[in-house]
Amino acid sequence: MNKVYIVDGARTPFLKARSEPGPFSAADLAVAVGKPLLARQPFAPTALDEVITGCVIPAADEANIARIIALRLGCGKGMPAYTVQRNCASGLQAVANAAEHIALGRAQLILAGGTEAMSRAPIQWNGAMVAWLGKMLRARHVLDRVRVMGRFRPAYLKPVYSLLLGLTDPLVKLSMGQTAEILAYRFGISRETQDVYALQSHRRLAAAFDAGYLRPELETLYGGDGKVYTEDTGLRRDTDLEQLAQLKPVFDRKYGLVTSGNSSQVTDGAAFLLLASADAVQRYQLPILGEWIDHDWAGVDPGQMGLGPVHAVAKVLTRQRLKMSDLQQMELNEAFAAQVLACQAAWASEEYARKELGLDTPLGAMDPERLNPEGGAIASGHPVGSSGARLVLHLLQALRRKGGGQGVATLCIGGGQGGAMLLRVSGDRP
Amino acid sequence: MNKHWRLEYLADYALLTLDVAEQSANVLSQEVLQEFAQLLGEIENKAHKGLIIRSAKANGFIAGADVREFEHISDAPRATELARLGQQVFSRLAHLPFPSVALIHGFCLGGGLELALACTYRIAREDAATRLGLPEVRMGIHPGFGGTVRLPPLVGHLPALDMILSGRTLSVREARRIGLVDEAVPERHLLHAAEAFLKRHPPRRKAPWYQRLPGWKPLRPLVVRMLSPRVRHKANPDHYPAPWRFLRLWQERAGEEQEAESLGELLVSRTSRSLVHVFLLGEELKRQGRAHSHDIEQVHVIGAGVMGADIAIWAVNKGFRVSLQDQNPEALARAMKKAAGFFKDKLKDARAVQEAMDRLLPDIHGYGLRRADLVVEAIVEKLEPKRELFKNVEQLVRPQALLATNTSSIPLEAIGQSLKDPTRLVGLHFFNPVAKMQLVEIVRGVKTSEAALQRARAFTCAIERLPLDVKSSPGFLVNRILMPYLMEAVRLVEEGVSLVTIDNAATEFGMPMGPIELADSVGLDICLSVAEELAGPLHIEVPNILRELVEQGHLGRKSGRGFYQYNARGRRELPPPNKIAIDVPITERLVLRLLNEAVACLREGVITDADAVDAGMVYGTGFAPFLGGPMRYVESLGETGISHSLYRLSQEYGSRFTPDPGWSQPQRLIQRKRSSN
Repeated sequence: MNKVYIVDGARTPFLKARSEPGPFSAADLAVAVGKPLLARQPFAPTALDEVITGCVIPAADEANIARIIALRLGCGKGMPAYTVQRNCASGLQAVANAAEHIALGRAQLILAGGTEAMSRAPIQWNGAMVAWLGKMLRARHVLDRVRVMGRFRPAYLKPVYSLLLGLTDPLVKLSMGQTAEILAYRFGISRETQDVYALQSHRRLAAAFDAGYLRPELETLYGGDGKVYTEDTGLRRDTDLEQLAQLKPVFDRKYGLVTSGNSSQVTDGAAFLLLASADAVQRYQLPILGEWIDHDWAGVDPGQMGLGPVHAVAKVLTRQRLKMSDLQQMELNEAFAAQVLACQAAWASEEYARKELGLDTPLGAMDPERLNPEGGAIASGHPVGSSGARLVLHLLQALRRKGGGQGVATLCIGGGQGGAMLLRVSGDRP
Repeated sequence: MNKHWRLEYLADYALLTLDVAEQSANVLSQEVLQEFAQLLGEIENKAHKGLIIRSAKANGFIAGADVREFEHISDAPRATELARLGQQVFSRLAHLPFPSVALIHGFCLGGGLELALACTYRIAREDAATRLGLPEVRMGIHPGFGGTVRLPPLVGHLPALDMILSGRTLSVREARRIGLVDEAVPERHLLHAAEAFLKRHPPRRKAPWYQRLPGWKPLRPLVVRMLSPRVRHKANPDHYPAPWRFLRLWQERAGEEQEAESLGELLVSRTSRSLVHVFLLGEELKRQGRAHSHDIEQVHVIGAGVMGADIAIWAVNKGFRVSLQDQNPEALARAMKKAAGFFKDKLKDARAVQEAMDRLLPDIHGYGLRRADLVVEAIVEKLEPKRELFKNVEQLVRPQALLATNTSSIPLEAIGQSLKDPTRLVGLHFFNPVAKMQLVEIVRGVKTSEAALQRARAFTCAIERLPLDVKSSPGFLVNRILMPYLMEAVRLVEEGVSLVTIDNAATEFGMPMGPIELADSVGLDICLSVAEELAGPLHIEVPNILRELVEQGHLGRKSGRGFYQYNARGRRELPPPNKIAIDVPITERLVLRLLNEAVACLREGVITDADAVDAGMVYGTGFAPFLGGPMRYVESLGETGISHSLYRLSQEYGSRFTPDPGWSQPQRLIQRKRSSN
């Protein structure tokens, strides 16, 4: 297998979705971050071999959004491009595909990442309305038309929010938040523990911004209206436990523990990485940010999808003969505070290791100081298609700043899966 | 064998393709018209179902009459004769025993559109490059091959009047809407559509009744009276008679005979001669620019102020990929907003706007520098920062990148001092607003290489601006000539002459805007800094009132007050007229200082010849185009007279009017590259 390097990457600030469509489409976000990322390379955009993009809910006019992005970035009409969809891990899937292509020696340079404009998720007609519209179109005669018109019911106007549907498991019919409630119940994670974790996420992200740690990975966004975005807009610097405690549960409305405050935010954003083979690194004299080592995927009960990372990480570490303590840092996507804490509890549990992972000894929980040390999706947001790429990018930048080492980027995936990627940053910079 | 036309016979049709020999665009010279007439004679006696006329040139159908021929026509009767020739040929086309179609792509202008009008049908290619119009008024004439007669019944009177009076070109969509073309189809369907029309042979289009109504005889004087204020706003009848002549023809329901006579008189008038001169000067600058390739794809502009942002936006608009660098994100945000507004306004179509915006990178870190083919510096007008900047730029850019500064007054040699390779540094001096002003001064430093200049000229042409070579010397050409004129105007203010009186004198002379209003628009702070920069080397005295206004923060339109007061929307509020009329020769003082400086530039070799002065001043400042530029004006008045007037003024007003030594070398003043008669 050939070596795979990540040579550069960037993301947009993540923009919290308000109740209206955000200022940028998913493709706009990807282009806004891809332009500066490609501009600072010594090679032309046409020198890429492929563009791979994760995106879960592209707009109706963004079919195969990866190709749209490639063309808008000036990669030329000859640039192959495809879109991948693995729910919350779509961005990670894009990076994984790119890494595999390069490892196989089929490509030298790939732009891979993810983008999502959750605020622009389409709102659709319901089935009854679509059927009625079809009848209306078929009705040739005036009388027929009047008859069909008479069958119209106001309920037909009830819209279908694709975003809400997308965040509900289609088989077990639980919302993602409800799967987090199940984990909180199973592992006995109190509301307060969740809120404390959520607050820590905001504090850590704020500190990282203030220290300038995120500068190397963020590209400023410029709106057509003259607005500038330099920071994640979901970050609440002013929040505290008291405020978090006041929030009402949103998924299990009456007695639940999961609130909007201790869940990831609905957000717009894009993140992209440039992956290169050793040949490409040499040909263009590219600086190496980090090296891809391995990745893997795992399936779990859809009703407890938040445990996906437990299994995926176990697979990767076992195969690479690594211990949890060998990891300098782990980026575990904060879909929900309860879900992150449940993963930690599962890794620590002897019973879980034996029964569910088939391991004699548990992996052990990740050192909390090295788990999402610069905050996570609770503070910055979780634009589903791009989060995986953001985790990889941030992990590499953080490891580099801290002097190198190995780390894992991992996410739970709606539908009951987990994905994990192992990366290494060398201590002495080349 | 035909030289310009190719005749083929398809199944039932004759197909005539125009491909004018030794020209990049099709123009209707006498020779081309005569050959056309002869071919028509050949076709009309054969039994055909129809005739299709098209162009073999990729860039367009027909660009119009051959403007270069105009210059060789010395008397009105000969000009009228030429118009009659065109009319006769087109009339023959219109009266063929079978229908005819013009297949139009790219530009279809002037005589070219008149030819198409004589066809039974017009079918245009549906794209942005196809433009149709009758721009004759821009040459000081009106259509003369029957266009004034054929257009109104086809599209209606008001649209026809608008087209001919404004000279503007129409997009295919607009042309389709008013009925100028019968059909607009993509390239792949042009011939099919033409055959379908000939087969079906529908009646020729006629404007609907309500569009024909304004042409009802008793209404015509009324329509003329209604349109006159608008026409006067654009064209002073003393300076630009052509639109007025056309209005009279229309009111009198004149036929082709009068059209030809009127055209003949206009064609030999001073206005038309000057406008043709100015047009050909522009063509000459373009020709010089196109002589070489620029090899530029990626442009990096440093400084997102007004000029930097405008240059970046304009280059993007013309298809280049541009990174715009500024250390201030707010400045970049303003530039992006301006770009979004500009493209929305200009391109309208959402996808086209997106495409343009995608080509523009707001570049706070200067990423674009590394792969740039051209770097344009447009930062603060101070030597040290510029020098420092270029030193850093040189370390990062590729060795073949062209370096350019948009400085308006700092000598290139000073900026280039920090460079290891100063041969690739040129000045690209744009004028504000970039989207309107066509001129770009290509500034040549002592060390600038010819190759760098060639690329700079070619790039300027590629963004559809006119490159004018100037030597690096204080103020280059345009600002230098303009400055004494502006300072004289400020002096007149100091002497108590009212603002409006000064500005009116200039606009009556033919300037597009009075000097005081111009100073306010440019910004008094900028005027002052340029004036002070030039004061030393050119011995210009900077009037105190200018300094005082700037010190008080009255910077012109942008600050709400300069010489004039401006309301919240930036509109000028006119002060009450000055009751006391001060008796000084305002126009003479303004214009003679300008001319005196122009002669000084010629003498010092800032530019190579008198044509360059004319091109620079007309395209860079809008100097009275109907006079053909300052040196053309000098030529018409006679240089001895002017130098005498200067001498007289110097006796009365001081040494600033002392005639430049250049006046005594008259051969130099009229020496031109382009021969004209």
